[in-house]
Amino acid sequence: MSNLSVLADAPILLVQLVVSGVLVGAIFALVAYGMALVWGVMNIINIAQGEFVMLGGYAVFYLAGAGVPPLLGIPIAAAAMFVLAFALYRAVIHRIVGRDMFVSILATFGISILLQQLANQLFSADIRTLRSGLPSLSFDNGLISIAGVKIVGFVAALVVGSALFLFLRHTRIGRAIRATAQNARAARVLGIDTDRVYATTFALNGAICGAAGGLVAMTWFVQPYLGLTYTLRSFMIVVAAGLGNLPGVIVAGSALGVLEEAAGFVLGAEYQTAFIFLLLIALLVGRNLRLWRQRKYLR
Amino acid sequence: MDMAVLAGIGALGLVAPWAAPSIVTQLAFLWLMILFAVTWDVNGGQMGYNSFGNVFFFGIGVYICALIQRDSGLSYYPALFVGTALGALGAAIAALALGPAILGIRGHYFAIATLGLSIVAADVASAWEYIGAASGLTLPLFPGAIGNRNRFFYYLLFALAAITFLAARALYRTRLGLAMNAIRDNEDKAEAMGVHTTRTKVFAWCVSAFFLGAAGGPVGNLVGFVDPRDLAFAGATFGVWMVLMAVLGGKGTLWGPVIGAVIFHVTQELFWTYLLGWQRVAMGLLIVVIVVFFPTGVVGWLLRLRGPRKRRRSTTVATSAP
Repeated sequence: MSNLSVLADAPILLVQLVVSGVLVGAIFALVAYGMALVWGVMNIINIAQGEFVMLGGYAVFYLAGAGVPPLLGIPIAAAAMFVLAFALYRAVIHRIVGRDMFVSILATFGISILLQQLANQLFSADIRTLRSGLPSLSFDNGLISIAGVKIVGFVAALVVGSALFLFLRHTRIGRAIRATAQNARAARVLGIDTDRVYATTFALNGAICGAAGGLVAMTWFVQPYLGLTYTLRSFMIVVAAGLGNLPGVIVAGSALGVLEEAAGFVLGAEYQTAFIFLLLIALLVGRNLRLWRQRKYLR
Repeated sequence: MDMAVLAGIGALGLVAPWAAPSIVTQLAFLWLMILFAVTWDVNGGQMGYNSFGNVFFFGIGVYICALIQRDSGLSYYPALFVGTALGALGAAIAALALGPAILGIRGHYFAIATLGLSIVAADVASAWEYIGAASGLTLPLFPGAIGNRNRFFYYLLFALAAITFLAARALYRTRLGLAMNAIRDNEDKAEAMGVHTTRTKVFAWCVSAFFLGAAGGPVGNLVGFVDPRDLAFAGATFGVWMVLMAVLGGKGTLWGPVIGAVIFHVTQELFWTYLLGWQRVAMGLLIVVIVVFFPTGVVGWLLRLRGPRKRRRSTTVATSAP
């Protein structure tokens, strides 16, 4: 807690926390938007979301090892994850669409621990980082420094996010996805192949996570067991923003990024994850109290 | 017939450590798994509140007992029994304190919130110096002979599992048990019919927590070392296994969790022995196969074979959890 007084003495540091939080929040928002897409269209909460991110990170890491620059590696990783997620849909996910939400949580949880240990066996448990080679930007005599890679990550997240937005708005399959999200049965009646829509949605989510994974590998590190925190962060952002609310997802993602940076600075890194999850529980309880008032439930 | 089966299992449990002395520890863990599955099913299967964080209460029991043994100054057996009792009480109090807020959350939101709860607990326990932080706590040595040690904890866990099972069985036959089932089937309707839903839910969660907390002390001592992430708040193993065992056997049934726990424990021991390094890959596949192809579990499958006509209330399979 001693850092709290540091913060009080030098409020300029707060600017750094906020800027850096907003920048990394864009990456969280990207993953969360993928989760919201799958959740909204297929009514599935994908617990393996974080593992997709992790695999995307490894893809970019190994591509960089083979001489591909990271920014070029990201689209390749996204394409690879598109294919993997599509295969996963054909193998497992299509059997749980339309079933109880509990089934989907457990099944994707199974996929997630499978992918974790698979990654552990294939890539070893070592923590991998990508050296981006980008300089840090300093302002105000070095009091504020923003890693260049975070800015690149932010811009890339915005590019992917807008591409996705345009895709859903203007292409035929994008419209089909939105129609299915609104009413799957009506969409079927009107001749939309919902199975294809689901497959595309899930694969698209894989691609989003793959791209985000590349950004994660550039900004922080990859490690086989990092997935769960990303899954839960996405869940939080989606719960806070609501389904199908892109601006809300961006705002909630940035807010989470800022809160996390601040908590890491004030409480210390060992309590940072604990803080995120406490925030998650508080958010859910708070949301519930709000609903409670509206429902006027008996006690 | 019910009584005969119970007596048979009881007799088997009593002679097992003498019949198979080399695997006493694994057998003790089998009873623990049965306890896990049954306590999970009290709120997961019977009440439809699928918790992914019940391991939280187990961890509280482990730590309370370990701390009593370290700090109370009592000799071995009194400290162990006082610690176990306080662990059970502490876990139940935690459920009582958190219940009204967390059990208000429904469906998948509840599942994720409880998952978060167990992760927070693991993080805090591995950062808190007083309880040993990440390096854990070592428990006092058992005063008797080595061979007696495992047998002692075996019988302790056997007794706890048996009490837990009988308590759950008694609970399902009361009005409260019916109220829990009503909450599972339709909470709004149950509330409209005059069921005190919040009170019922918190009570059921306390029952789960009490027995999980009681199991904590003996298990911590059986292992001899408390690790915050691998033993006490082991969300990725114990926490998920509870759910799986109940689902595998048939959630919302009395015997389902027991059958599921036995099948699961044997499979899991085989995975950990023969597939070391790949055990979670195998486990992940198993989870997917279980929930995708056998969502009603072994008991549900057997009941379907027998036809829907003979279903009794206590063995109704949850078809629509919230």
